[in-house]
Amino acid sequence: MTNQIISDLKELMTTAPAASVNAAITVSGAADGYVARPSTLGTLFVAFNERGVSAVDLADSPTDFEDRFAYLHGRQALPVERLPAQIEGHLDSAIDTGKPGRLPLDFSELTEFQVAVLRKTAEIPGGQVRPYGWVAREIGKPGAVRAVGSALARNPVPVVVPCHRVVRSDGHLGNYSLGDSDNKRVLLEAEGLDMALYESQSERGIRFTGSDTTSIFCNPTCHHARRTSAKHTIEFRSEHEARRAGFRPCKVCRPASAAA
Amino acid sequence: MTAPNLSKLAGELAADLDGAFAAYVRATADGIYSGSLRMLGDRSDAEDVLQETYTRAYAALKGYSQERVGALKVRGWTWTIAANLCRNRLRSRARKPTTPLDGIDVAASGRNVDDAALSKIGADLRAALLDLPFPQRAAVVMRHVLDLTYEEVAAALDRPVGTVKADVHRGLARLRQEYQEEEVR
Repeated sequence: MTNQIISDLKELMTTAPAASVNAAITVSGAADGYVARPSTLGTLFVAFNERGVSAVDLADSPTDFEDRFAYLHGRQALPVERLPAQIEGHLDSAIDTGKPGRLPLDFSELTEFQVAVLRKTAEIPGGQVRPYGWVAREIGKPGAVRAVGSALARNPVPVVVPCHRVVRSDGHLGNYSLGDSDNKRVLLEAEGLDMALYESQSERGIRFTGSDTTSIFCNPTCHHARRTSAKHTIEFRSEHEARRAGFRPCKVCRPASAAA
Repeated sequence: MTAPNLSKLAGELAADLDGAFAAYVRATADGIYSGSLRMLGDRSDAEDVLQETYTRAYAALKGYSQERVGALKVRGWTWTIAANLCRNRLRSRARKPTTPLDGIDVAASGRNVDDAALSKIGADLRAALLDLPFPQRAAVVMRHVLDLTYEEVAAALDRPVGTVKADVHRGLARLRQEYQEEEVR
């Protein structure tokens, strides 16, 4: 009888769920964990480690994502089911709003300049866009417009840090690193940007709009600019033109430095 | 989860903790999960214990000298962490009972509850195990489900080898009793 019990007890050995084993491995930092999340663009793969979210990517399959992650980061990403609490609580809203909020992000592989670019980009509200030059000026490197472009092209956490809201100063949307380049437009439209108005203005070379009741000029997608009725909206092709008309830059969207 | 594999692990962890950690987890996780599951009877709890065990193991290994890591009996040492976590979890469960209200069959309700697919004998045995007092349950699970040595079990539970042997003996006797009752019915 006892022997029977002992051999029955051996049968109670089982295997741990693969996702849990993966999650346990990630605590060493030797590998990151990842989950898949639905989004406007399709399935987003989100990798994380002890420091925070390390990658957001679109991929056709988990294997594609894992391969690209390993290539870019030099370590594995393993599928897990549960996210650490500090990520779980903020990830979905960060994806929905395109704003990191309190979601921890792992910027440890980036340069100080890249981090400054990403943090500034994260301040751009949903449905609005700013030129690359705006980011460069805002972080105190007005000459580094191209460098801003390449920093954003290597944004490890697109959508969550909304690099889709940074566009060329001629009004073209510019490149986008996450999947199809049309995704930039898809995201901006989903956020409520009036694409028809935006394109009509950029085709005509309009860089700023102002209100003749306040004499303040804005980036055309600033919510103060959009609040202005068509009757009172004045369009400008340059900062110089706006200043000459006696307008000062908006303090919220800061279309130009405050000093003339 | 073969023994030679495990005996090499300590040396590998000592030489390169980050490089060998994944292999260490893969070699020991089934045991930690199975043991926690049989001690706690709940998958979600067992997964939590698994995660917490390796979080603590990694932090501890990082703080140890190379000599100390190299000399570890990896499986038994990992169980010193896991057994503590299982015991604490049962204690906090006892303090604030969340689930079983009278009349609700826990085994039949939540999806977190242990796999129903196991044989009838497995189900009876699992239930009987959960009725044992924790020291006996832990000792029986580690000795006979996981096949740890008495020395490893004693170290993991921080009790003398003789006490552990007695607990295993008493635990098995109680399981046998329950089994016989089953057969008589």
